[in-house]
Amino acid sequence: MDGMLTLLVLLPLAGFLLNGLLGRRLGTGFVNVVGVGLPFLAFGVALWAWRTLEAGDGAPIVETVFTWAVVGEYSFEVAFYLDRLSAVMALIVTGVGALIHLYSIGYMKGDEGYARYFAYLNLFLFFMLLLVLGRSLLVLFVGWEGVGLASYLLIGFWFQDAAKARAGRKAFITNRVGDAGFLLGMFLVFTFAGTLEMDRINEAFAAGLIPVGVATAAGILLFIGATGKSAQIPLHVWLPDAMAGPTPVSALIHAATMVTAGVYLVARLSGVYLEAPAASTLIAVIGVLTAFLAATIALVQTDIKKVLAYSTISQLGFMFLALGVGAYGVAVFHLFTHAFFKAALFLGAGSVIHALNGEQDIRRMGGLARRIPWTFGTFAIATAAIAGLPPLAGFFSKDEILWFAIASGEGGALWLWALGSLTALLTALYMFRLLWLVFLGHSRMEPETERHVHESPVTMTSVLVVLAAFSVIAGWFALPQYLEPLLALPEVRFAWGGWHLLQVIFAVLLALLGLAGAAWLYRDGGRPADELWQRFRRLHRVLAGKYFVDEFYDRALQRPWRWVSDRVFLRLGDRLLIDGSLHGLAALARWSAAAFARVQSGSLHWYAWMTLFGLVAVLIWVWRYV
Amino acid sequence: MSDANLLLAVSGMLFALGLVGVVVRRNLLVMLMFLELMLNGVLLSLAVFTQLLGAEAGAVLMFLVFVVAAAEIAIAVPIVLLLVRAGRTLDPGSYAGLKG
Repeated sequence: MDGMLTLLVLLPLAGFLLNGLLGRRLGTGFVNVVGVGLPFLAFGVALWAWRTLEAGDGAPIVETVFTWAVVGEYSFEVAFYLDRLSAVMALIVTGVGALIHLYSIGYMKGDEGYARYFAYLNLFLFFMLLLVLGRSLLVLFVGWEGVGLASYLLIGFWFQDAAKARAGRKAFITNRVGDAGFLLGMFLVFTFAGTLEMDRINEAFAAGLIPVGVATAAGILLFIGATGKSAQIPLHVWLPDAMAGPTPVSALIHAATMVTAGVYLVARLSGVYLEAPAASTLIAVIGVLTAFLAATIALVQTDIKKVLAYSTISQLGFMFLALGVGAYGVAVFHLFTHAFFKAALFLGAGSVIHALNGEQDIRRMGGLARRIPWTFGTFAIATAAIAGLPPLAGFFSKDEILWFAIASGEGGALWLWALGSLTALLTALYMFRLLWLVFLGHSRMEPETERHVHESPVTMTSVLVVLAAFSVIAGWFALPQYLEPLLALPEVRFAWGGWHLLQVIFAVLLALLGLAGAAWLYRDGGRPADELWQRFRRLHRVLAGKYFVDEFYDRALQRPWRWVSDRVFLRLGDRLLIDGSLHGLAALARWSAAAFARVQSGSLHWYAWMTLFGLVAVLIWVWRYV
Repeated sequence: MSDANLLLAVSGMLFALGLVGVVVRRNLLVMLMFLELMLNGVLLSLAVFTQLLGAEAGAVLMFLVFVVAAAEIAIAVPIVLLLVRAGRTLDPGSYAGLKG
């Protein structure tokens, strides 16, 4: 039907406007109906759109809303484009999004900014759908910036706390760095392809008329944009700080949807990257390094949300590894499964924090399994899923990634696979560490906190159950094969198919090893692990300090920049040149005024004399020159 | 020396006399009178040139200037009277404080 996609995009926008303008006055009942009802409605529309798409056998549905601008022979249209890739993304965004909206009712209960919160969350959904459904890079970019804005607003949601407001700013500014690359990449693509519509860009690049150098440069520039949004090295520093926002926000924006926008961008423009092997290699290297380094940091973090944040960065690294070796469908597959189990983990963490009245330090938790059984059960399933235990969701997608890391004919390499496998082991280790320290063992809670431990309301636990169920079954959809007509899988280098089976067995062994290691190291409140770290104190310091990347940026970028701002822009530019010139003008006016003021003495005779002099001077001048 | 030149010389002398008077005298009313003298000097030259060139517009202009001069004096003399009433002197120097 016509207008279906427009309706899908506009529903959350309506929610934003209604909640933003009227929510405060009409009370929480209204906010709940609008703020949660409309996302569910949007999910319904997304399902309907998907059915329509499948009825047409996956032929893309294009819906032009209006022509934005006509410049010369180019016209820029706001058009929505639904193919299987964007349909999967739209379903994830609206589905997980709607569930998290429902969860937020319980989590945000009684907050002063309740209506504002739902307004922002709906705004985020609107921009995310714009990003996912936009046909043109321009529309995607509007959505891209919009989700950044929503992310900024929600990270700093409790803006009275200066640290939280600062975290929001950090996220926004770090993303600006990436966006600069994105914009440059867009200009380059437009210059050579002559269009910003992504299906046409892919066609233009696939036709082979565009030089490899251009494809590489465009690919790298767009990837810089993706590193900003998807928190890859070197722009990953904002995501851990973004945990300052409310936990459902971390689940929705900073785990399930927004941060995967970079993965979506690269998969969407796979036509460009297929022509640019160098850019693809860079993506694979950055991806696997990010995955590995973030996983090592996650091993020693003590804040429950920070562990999950680094885990998200690490999993995003896995997705980029898949993109880099040309397995675009597999990356989207991992994105899909990750959305469920990471949302379940974050919401479970939110439920724990809720139960403990705001406590986030896992050193002061433990023994919660029996106190909050629903949270524990769902958290355990999601943990097993991310660790890659069969037959849960993460097992299928992560195994495919590792398989293509070595077997892909487009850049697969042994070291990518080795580092990826090591990361998979670390993933299992740090996730089960979290499970053990939070839910098992003896309680290390403060007595006051312990007395008030309570299971979360049913609006929260039901969402956890749904997400945990999807963490189990999401891997059973053969998403890479479903997307194959759009995103072809790379050729496999090995002739003998048995290698894949060996790889699967190896991956399961790694996950089990991680489980066993965590069970052994973190029994008893983690004392064996502490003793082990005693021996590697320096390594522990580096990991706990997150490789001191923030400190490095502070020294290498912020301080010189601040110096330049202070000396050049403030003291030289602002104070000396701008203020100075204005002050100089004012001083000149005052000085000349003082000089001329002497002329106005009040003496009538003096005036008469001056008239006389003036007259004589004029006469002389007239005689001589006229 | 023709009549016209004689009249122009008289006009110049009248103007100079008026100017010297304005500059030298320290009595407001007398200064105003000298101002009128200057004006008359100028007007005399205007009349001479009107006759020489046969331009009727000059005559009309002369009358306009007379009217303006009359209006000016009609305003200036009351101002001087008000000043004298306030300051009890005709010396313009003692009113120097009135400058802006």
